[in-house]
Amino acid sequence: MTSVVSRLGLRSLALGYLAVILVGPLAIVFWRTFEDGFGPALDALTTPETINAFKLTLIITAIAVPVNTVFGIVCALAIVRKRFAGKSILNAFIDLPLALSPVVVGLSLFLLYGQDGWFGSWLSEHGIDVLFALPAMVIATIFVSLPFVAREVVPTLKEIGDDQEQAARTLGASGWQTFWRITLPSIRWAVIYGVILTTARCLGEYGAVAVVSGRLQGKTETATLRVQERYEAFDLAGAYAISIVLACIAILVLVAMTVIRPREEAA
Amino acid sequence: MSILVRNISRRFGDFVALDDVSLEVDSGSLTALLGPSGSGKSTLLRIIAGLEHPDSGQIVLSGKDATTLTPQKRNIGFVFQHYAAFKHMTVHDNIAFGLKVRKRPKAEIRDRVDELLNLVQLDGLGDRYPSQLSGGQRQRMGLARALAPEPEVLLLDEPFGALDARVRAELREWLTRLHDVVHVTTVFVTHDQEEAMEVADQITLLNEGRVVQVGAPRQLYDEPESEFVMRFIGDASEIGGVLVRPRDVELLQEPASEAAEAMIVRMTVLGRDAKVELHDSSGAEIVAVITRERFDELDLWRGQTVWVRARRKRVFAA
Repeated sequence: MTSVVSRLGLRSLALGYLAVILVGPLAIVFWRTFEDGFGPALDALTTPETINAFKLTLIITAIAVPVNTVFGIVCALAIVRKRFAGKSILNAFIDLPLALSPVVVGLSLFLLYGQDGWFGSWLSEHGIDVLFALPAMVIATIFVSLPFVAREVVPTLKEIGDDQEQAARTLGASGWQTFWRITLPSIRWAVIYGVILTTARCLGEYGAVAVVSGRLQGKTETATLRVQERYEAFDLAGAYAISIVLACIAILVLVAMTVIRPREEAA
Repeated sequence: MSILVRNISRRFGDFVALDDVSLEVDSGSLTALLGPSGSGKSTLLRIIAGLEHPDSGQIVLSGKDATTLTPQKRNIGFVFQHYAAFKHMTVHDNIAFGLKVRKRPKAEIRDRVDELLNLVQLDGLGDRYPSQLSGGQRQRMGLARALAPEPEVLLLDEPFGALDARVRAELREWLTRLHDVVHVTTVFVTHDQEEAMEVADQITLLNEGRVVQVGAPRQLYDEPESEFVMRFIGDASEIGGVLVRPRDVELLQEPASEAAEAMIVRMTVLGRDAKVELHDSSGAEIVAVITRERFDELDLWRGQTVWVRARRKRVFAA
């Protein structure tokens, strides 16, 4: 009896917590957006500035995700399969973006690429804009979304061991063939999982990008920055509408992950 | 193809895995690397394969120095103890792997894989995944995969170690028959002296990173060069400080010169022979195997005190 009670108690506590913290606010956003029907929401989404903001978010994501996927796989391989000096440092540094506040990341980019920064003067002499432009926003996003692929792939690589890779080598496969035909297929679900998490992080990034973008409307404003801007301009309908699109993407990501998880465990 | 191992040494930290090991494997032979765990036998096999690097020494394959070649370039087949099956590929694709990376024509690959499936008695299982096979089937797939690119040397690392006794015995017999058909120079690692005696035509016995003795199974049994070999290959008991094979233990009912007193603890009739287990005065175990006639003639009983004597003595220099 007690076990049933405690189980039910635990379950309601967990679900209640989720309801108050997550589902409630999200539901209110949905409700407020469509309070006056779909029209105003659609209008708010189709302003040139908003469309541009989504475009910018997608461009940044489209650059950051592949870069971090390649980097994450290479790092994971180095950490699990190779022995080298400074390996534990690399291992620790990969987690840095998780520990560091995105605002700090943004500020550090300022120190590097700003007018008085290390590279800033050289870059401005050569007419290359980094700050308040796409490059700094991409760099900031890459930084904050860096750990996910590596963190997903490392345990999988450890688990599969290097037996299969050694077998491939004895069968005449080159290092490259071994990677494409043996290693990558073995870690594919971990990579996909990492890519999904990275994508979600890139789409939702706010802090670091807010610092380095300069928030120029219609130019360096991403979707998340646009939400903030609309909110400050008392255009609540606009802010809610953009939030809804971001929330829907997040839900899609969650669904994708639940679909992939069982397959990953079965493999 | 012949294998020549010249003065190979390998350390792992403070542990000396191989200490100046030299070895010659004749083309077409079936050689066992035998030894207790930690004797360096697997390390030696992996160095021959190029999966491990020696600290010093040389590996010569078919007369060519292969010491610095990658496994990819050595034209070997390797069978792993835990199969190392490519889990995301079907049995067919596993076996075809070595041919695909060599970019052989598709029709040729198909024919060769079918031929190998037949050779390892996995006909009709080509579309299965390794997880759908039993341990014995997986290891036969591993063998077929290793043989597919027609390697000049087949190396097997404790190939039957992960299998149960019955499947082990089956595969052992099957490996000897396979070797009669394929004739590829084969080296396999085992810690099981019976397995080595049964399968190999040459045995290299290793202990603590050194080669202890090389020879045909019978040679190692009949002419052991050291106490270690005598104890490791076949049974041996000690009578009066001398090692004796069970068949060389003489049982007497009366005291005699050079005979030691011992008590019978167990008797087993094995068809035409009988095995008698005894304890000497210090409690050490002695095993004797005598003929049924002699056994019936002696009419022994458990707990009886008898005298044991070594018929053939072997004294090894310390």
